[in-house]
Amino acid sequence: MIELHSASVVVDSPDGPITLLHPTSLSLTEHRIGIIGPNGSGKSTLVRLINGLVLPATGEVLIDGLDTGREGREVRRRVGFVFTHPDSQLVMPTPLEDVTLSLRRSVANKSERRERAREVLSEIGLADRADVSVHALSGGQKQLLALAGVLATEPELVVADEPTTLLDLRNARLVAARLFGLRQRLVLVTHDLDLARRCDRVLVVDDARVVFDGAPDAAVDHYIALAEATP
Amino acid sequence: MTELLGVYRPGRTLLHRTGPGPKLAFLALWSIAVVALRGPVASPIFVAVAVVIAAWSGLRLRRSLRTMRGLLLMLTLIAAFQTWQRGVDVAIAVVSSLLALFLIGLAFTATTAADDLLNTVERLVAPLRFVGLRPERIALAFALVLRALPAVLEVARETRAAARARGLDRSPRALLVPFVIRVVAHAYATGDALAARGLDD
Repeated sequence: MIELHSASVVVDSPDGPITLLHPTSLSLTEHRIGIIGPNGSGKSTLVRLINGLVLPATGEVLIDGLDTGREGREVRRRVGFVFTHPDSQLVMPTPLEDVTLSLRRSVANKSERRERAREVLSEIGLADRADVSVHALSGGQKQLLALAGVLATEPELVVADEPTTLLDLRNARLVAARLFGLRQRLVLVTHDLDLARRCDRVLVVDDARVVFDGAPDAAVDHYIALAEATP
Repeated sequence: MTELLGVYRPGRTLLHRTGPGPKLAFLALWSIAVVALRGPVASPIFVAVAVVIAAWSGLRLRRSLRTMRGLLLMLTLIAAFQTWQRGVDVAIAVVSSLLALFLIGLAFTATTAADDLLNTVERLVAPLRFVGLRPERIALAFALVLRALPAVLEVARETRAAARARGLDRSPRALLVPFVIRVVAHAYATGDALAARGLDD
């Protein structure tokens, strides 16, 4: 379960503190959570709280009872994070090496690690691209590789921050199909309202606040009304 | 252009089968020898040996030359400057030395998997644990340098293209400021990516 208890995020700036997320309390138990909202509304800040990439200025965030501040290491083992821009996430020269890097903590034996990495790449459909340069991959393949790097750590929860935003239609559908086929719980930030409708529960974030929390269709309608009301 | 830099090419050559430790030691000795013995005769010999080793490591030399177009352009400029300032002999020695070092570096990265390199560096710096340093962190930083080189070159290429698109390709400020900002942003993003995979602890 994901719990936010009055969690807020504030950063300093030359003009004084800026609130990226006002105190927010949530309890998320559904299998697939969607998060939608305008650019700069606080969606990414909200999901970065979930794996401790951002720590709350006030309140606390608990993942299955673990505090992201005090037990960050354990939280990050449970929560995999897929970024919008896959280039940010791929840190090794080839897909095989990148996935192998993810396995360094969990698989001690070198050849087992490499074998497991090949299995993960095969499961995600990148077996034939294992040894090419990551620069030679398409946008969709890079995003799938980023997902493979996360899945290799066998997280219990996958957080994906706009994973399809930079992709063309075919690649976006490919990545979405993989994400929605996961056995793991999924928290998905997206601008794709069709994807949001496929979630079990959807939050609408605007102006650093969760302004709607409920069923997907109602949440999408709320977001559309919000967008139309904004000049 | 930058895609082959720092990329491991699986293979069965002797260099592939040699552990990263001996290869690192050779790299260090090679670098010392190239610098210490540089000259208009010795340095081109180092280049010839480096070409043989690079070819032996399985590098496709034609593709490697394409990868090195930017470097070759830079070497040409250095050669011209050195010839003008210090004569042909020095120009040959300097340019050949740089080329010999680069080719051996390319052969090293092409025949050494990052995972093997991480293991070796981790073992080599293990004693530093006693002075409070984390060997796994040092090893990771070492391996990340290999990845950072093509990434930084890619950022430079994109920044230059963006400046050119706005007619600012002759402005050092329009090139340098966004380049530095983007490289720092890339470093932060890499840090976040490592943290997200639990590799920052």
